[in-house]
Amino acid sequence: MSALHINEIQKYFGALLVLDGVSLDIAQSEVVAVIGRSGSGKSTMLRCINGLEKIQAGSIEVAGHRIGPQGGDLRSLRKEVGMVFQSYNLFPHLTVLENVTLAPKVVKGVGREEAEAIAHDVLRRVGLAEKSGAYSDELSGGQQQRVAIARSLAMQPKVMLFDEVTSALDPELTGEVLKTMEELADAGMTMVLVTHEMGFARQVADRTVFMHKGKVWEQGPSEELFSYPQTPELRNFIAPNLK
Amino acid sequence: MAYQMNFAPVMALAPQLFEGAFNTLILSGQSIVAGIAIGVVGAVGRTEGPRWLDRAIGAYVELFRNTPLLVQLFLIFFGLPYIGLRLSANAAAIIAVALNLGAYSTEILRAGLQAIPRTQIEAGLALGMSRLQVVRYVVIVPALRIIYPALTGQLTLTLLGSSIASAISATELTAAGARIESTTFRSLETFLCVAVIYIAMTFTFRFIYWLIGLLLFRRKAPPKPSLIADISEISRVGV
Amino acid sequence: MIRSFGWESVEFLIRGAGWTLLLSFMTFVIGGCFALIFALLRTLGPKPVRLAIAGFIQLVQATPLLIIVFLSFYGLSFVGLHFPPMVGAGLSLAVYTTVFLGDIWRGCIEAIPRQQWEAADALALTRMQQLRYVILPQAFKISLGPTVGFMVQIVKNTSVVALIGFVELTRAGQLLNNMTFQPFHVFLTVAAIYFAICYPMSFLSERLKGNRHVRPAH
Ligand SMILES: Nc1ncnc2c1ncn2[C@@H]1O[C@H](COP(=O)(O)OP(=O)(O)OP(=O)(O)O)[C@@H](O)[C@H]1O
Ligand SMILES: [Mg+2]
Repeated sequence: MSALHINEIQKYFGALLVLDGVSLDIAQSEVVAVIGRSGSGKSTMLRCINGLEKIQAGSIEVAGHRIGPQGGDLRSLRKEVGMVFQSYNLFPHLTVLENVTLAPKVVKGVGREEAEAIAHDVLRRVGLAEKSGAYSDELSGGQQQRVAIARSLAMQPKVMLFDEVTSALDPELTGEVLKTMEELADAGMTMVLVTHEMGFARQVADRTVFMHKGKVWEQGPSEELFSYPQTPELRNFIAPNLK
Repeated sequence: MAYQMNFAPVMALAPQLFEGAFNTLILSGQSIVAGIAIGVVGAVGRTEGPRWLDRAIGAYVELFRNTPLLVQLFLIFFGLPYIGLRLSANAAAIIAVALNLGAYSTEILRAGLQAIPRTQIEAGLALGMSRLQVVRYVVIVPALRIIYPALTGQLTLTLLGSSIASAISATELTAAGARIESTTFRSLETFLCVAVIYIAMTFTFRFIYWLIGLLLFRRKAPPKPSLIADISEISRVGV
Repeated sequence: MIRSFGWESVEFLIRGAGWTLLLSFMTFVIGGCFALIFALLRTLGPKPVRLAIAGFIQLVQATPLLIIVFLSFYGLSFVGLHFPPMVGAGLSLAVYTTVFLGDIWRGCIEAIPRQQWEAADALALTRMQQLRYVILPQAFKISLGPTVGFMVQIVKNTSVVALIGFVELTRAGQLLNNMTFQPFHVFLTVAAIYFAICYPMSFLSERLKGNRHVRPAH
């Protein structure tokens, strides 16, 4: 039983075909890294999975919720799918605690006390229990990104999507975020992460998917894929990273 | 319906409306020239002048921005004779509108001057440009580009605001409309026609401003630092 | 009957100022409600609605307030409705306010980065919840300065309805002038009262514009 099932999706921006029949099956607790050149459609795929972009063909299924070209029950789907963005996108007018409790309260109708209990729990998991009263502009980038992860976690999603969540961070801050993600992976979260951190993909992801020209060009167990790339495109792509 | 629209009596007096529109253009044209002149002097005085001058101009700006144009007009037209200065309705209208615009344009132009960093001027001089060239290429055009939306918006408001001059029977479009209304008793029709003429004038001027902007700034549209800055610019105009 | 300018006259003007304030307040409340609807529909509404609203705004913004006052004054009686001047006055001022404030507030909503919508969307908030909890609170804070600034315009704009006979501050000044024949004193006092109302708001507006932090001060 797969946690996330992507079937032959196509996505156009105007006349530009950005996703050209992408299919992926992701198992429960599996961690999948998505790599590929800029413009290959990685972000677009994640955004489609979460219904932020409409697809023109194919279907996406998460926890029994299905969306297709006609749309579908996006809200139910999003309750099961958390998403973390490159630019954190915390709500600047809310405290850390309010950022984290907002969705449980208004989307799930969880009471205030329970929502705060959940919030404290997830904030502890990302190592920011003591920051609950702060505003986003009082936090470092790495802290903001961990709050964003906590905010997403508080909805108790079945799948979490990460789009280059360390790309906007100073190098010395990426470590804390990667560590948080690794802990999530160890705890059994199903994760899809777009990343440029090849080392991290190789080490943490069970499987790595290489996207090229809007297609899943090559995929396999991470270790294998990085050690024995089959296609010249992938070989070209990872060559500079190997040294 | 109790009342039927009938534009014929108004149309018969259309020449009066066009004359009124022409007078509105003359009146606001004169006010705009004078008002912008005041604005330039005011803005430069506030940024370059001594502290007392900045204070004095600031007081003028606040006095005129925080009282209605209509009251300014009454004070000038009815009040000044009391201290021995009797003005015709048209002269009073031009002065009132010009002083009002002067206050707003002082602040708009000042915002433009302040938007040009000193380092830009120094860079221009360092490149061997003359002072005049620096003013022309490094100060005026970039500053104008920044404030162009606010400035042209202000000019539109001034054109429309000149309708207030009808309150002292200056000869302009709204007054012409009021006169026609009182002879034809076709109130709604008259003021609909007047509205259409104002709208036509406004749109024509917007088009002209757009063309001038195109010529002045050539290539690109004025840069938008941020929408938020835009909003506070919009709220800087008024009558 | 007041015969010469004195304390009694000032009292008379202050009563007029009371009406100015009341009319301004009504205008702001009514115009503000419609402005909010306009701003929301113009950013989020279906395309035909957006275009219709944009067109309406363009037309009203190209017409003098005085003409709008006349049009609603005579327009109401044209459709057979005979209201006291207060209603015509309030209506036209409200229309004018709706159009300008609607534009300002739309700008504030659009100034909130698209990513804020997306983040709320990804958390499964409905469109209304996104607006209510994420977008509007931020837009509200940005809008404070410009909104208070526009309130100054509203107060000043109410003077125009003096010309259809509504007795607010400016009209009170005209009446007083007809009684005392001391225009200089009268209109200077009128101007001073307007200034006393408007200047604090202008000052506050500039303060609020300077303080663009989205999060609450603490
Ligand atoms: N909103 C949009 N409108 C039009 N074209 C878009 C839009 N978003 C993305 N694209 C195009 O779709 C293609 C894929 O973009 P996408 O952001 O998915 O790439 P990516 O693999 O995430 O790249 P990167 O590594 O730079 O993030 C690109 O050609 C991009 O220009
Ligand atoms: Mg991307």
